[in-house]
Amino acid sequence: MSSLKFIPFAGTALRNLFRKPVTTSYPFAPAQYPERMRGHIEIDIESCISCGMCARSCPPGALTVDRAAGTWTIQRFDCVQCGNCVNVCPKKCLKMVPGYTTPDCTKHSDTYTRTTPLPKPAPRPAAKPAAPAAQAAPAASQAPAAKTE
Amino acid sequence: MAKRSIVPFGPQHPVLPEPVHLDLVLEDEVVVEAVPSIGFVHRGLEKLVETKDFKEYVYIAERVCGICSFGHGLGYCQTLEQIMNLEVPPRARYLRTIWMEMSRIHSHLLWLGLLADAMGFESLFMESWKLREKILDMFDATTGGRVIFSVNCIGGVLKDMDETMLKNIVDTCNEMEKELKPIADAFLREYTTESRLRGLGVLPADQAVLAGAVGPMLRASGVAYDARKLGYAAYGDLDLEPITSSDGDSYARCEVRIKEISQSFDLIRQAAAKIPAGPIAVPVKGFPKGEYFTRIEQPRGEAIYYVKANGTKFIERFRLRTPTTSNIPPMLNMLKDCQLADVPLLILTIDPCISCTER
Repeated sequence: MSSLKFIPFAGTALRNLFRKPVTTSYPFAPAQYPERMRGHIEIDIESCISCGMCARSCPPGALTVDRAAGTWTIQRFDCVQCGNCVNVCPKKCLKMVPGYTTPDCTKHSDTYTRTTPLPKPAPRPAAKPAAPAAQAAPAASQAPAAKTE
Repeated sequence: MAKRSIVPFGPQHPVLPEPVHLDLVLEDEVVVEAVPSIGFVHRGLEKLVETKDFKEYVYIAERVCGICSFGHGLGYCQTLEQIMNLEVPPRARYLRTIWMEMSRIHSHLLWLGLLADAMGFESLFMESWKLREKILDMFDATTGGRVIFSVNCIGGVLKDMDETMLKNIVDTCNEMEKELKPIADAFLREYTTESRLRGLGVLPADQAVLAGAVGPMLRASGVAYDARKLGYAAYGDLDLEPITSSDGDSYARCEVRIKEISQSFDLIRQAAAKIPAGPIAVPVKGFPKGEYFTRIEQPRGEAIYYVKANGTKFIERFRLRTPTTSNIPPMLNMLKDCQLADVPLLILTIDPCISCTER
């Protein structure tokens, strides 16, 4: 017990009286976010191929991809910022950027629509090399299928 | 015999960060018996494993708790890696160790702040949490999140740290170690805090083992048991000795946790010095089939993860035994014959995490 002090914290408390606050006066001073911060998802919609991998692998189911309409929709309030969609995206058109989304009274979603049409898919290798018209067939069948979806 | 009365304690109480309810049977001011009831924050996260892809479930596993989140992700991933015979690259194991130790520092500093708050020592509470902010900032810079990290994946980790980041972490640890000293002094060497904690809620070693105490609670009773000695992640390569104290009272539990913070600084420095170069993850092929148990040392104590997989992308059963589940029976032992005014502090000394317990 000989090592006991009566008020060892007094020095720290007194010094704190003359120190600047450790907190910043947000919103008067802007918030500083580190580069890796998982703030919210952004999409480069023109590079998106509407494959739907992000929507299928989203744990809370916050993403919807409409291939026919060329839209990508995110429920901002359902997204948990896990970054799984960024990891699975084959075109790397999704990215996680710093900064929180703005608060709101109602749950809203953001929809992004692609303006340029999807490039035609590369012809699939024919299952049987004997069929000569196999290369033209997928491209021809793709167009009406996209309309009906 | 004095007249008995029952005082309900919780689920909402200023000292409790999370909801647990106790019926305290009192004789005058002395607690004769405490009857716990939990179930206020049950979310069915274990059941969710049956409907989520096993790779996606990592993100749910780490949301079991806001403080031990890294550990839960790690425990789940390690279990599946064992089932699928995946060899995690050494760099990933070291990165996991560094993040795990940062989690421990963050959890213990949070607990120290709550303890100071429970004693009414507001400025000490602020100082503890001020220090904890630095760890949270480091998490933010390295993983992208302050509380939920999402860096674990089956087969390794998702994000790497470069040399600058590792140096920053070591520098911050050195700086924090200096800043921890006055805080540690205020907890361990100050007359008021010592008189509040010393001799309160004594748990002898035999009782602690019998009641199934884990983590700092067990080590404070003098039992040198630490699941990190099993050598998972990179702990096998690091110099580590469990920190114990023989008194078994609230003061000992506080002392063990403060010393564990210093130990974690040391482990981070060791890991940062030894970290090898190389890949950070191995690809996962196929679906898991089989079952496995894993034990890891969470900041609050030993946690057990069990997974039974059936060869599909959905797992059949996931079970998580959290440290607080094990620490509730010894807590009830401690509460017997204590004063009513000491109950909040005693509950706090087990470092309860009810959200983990109920999942």
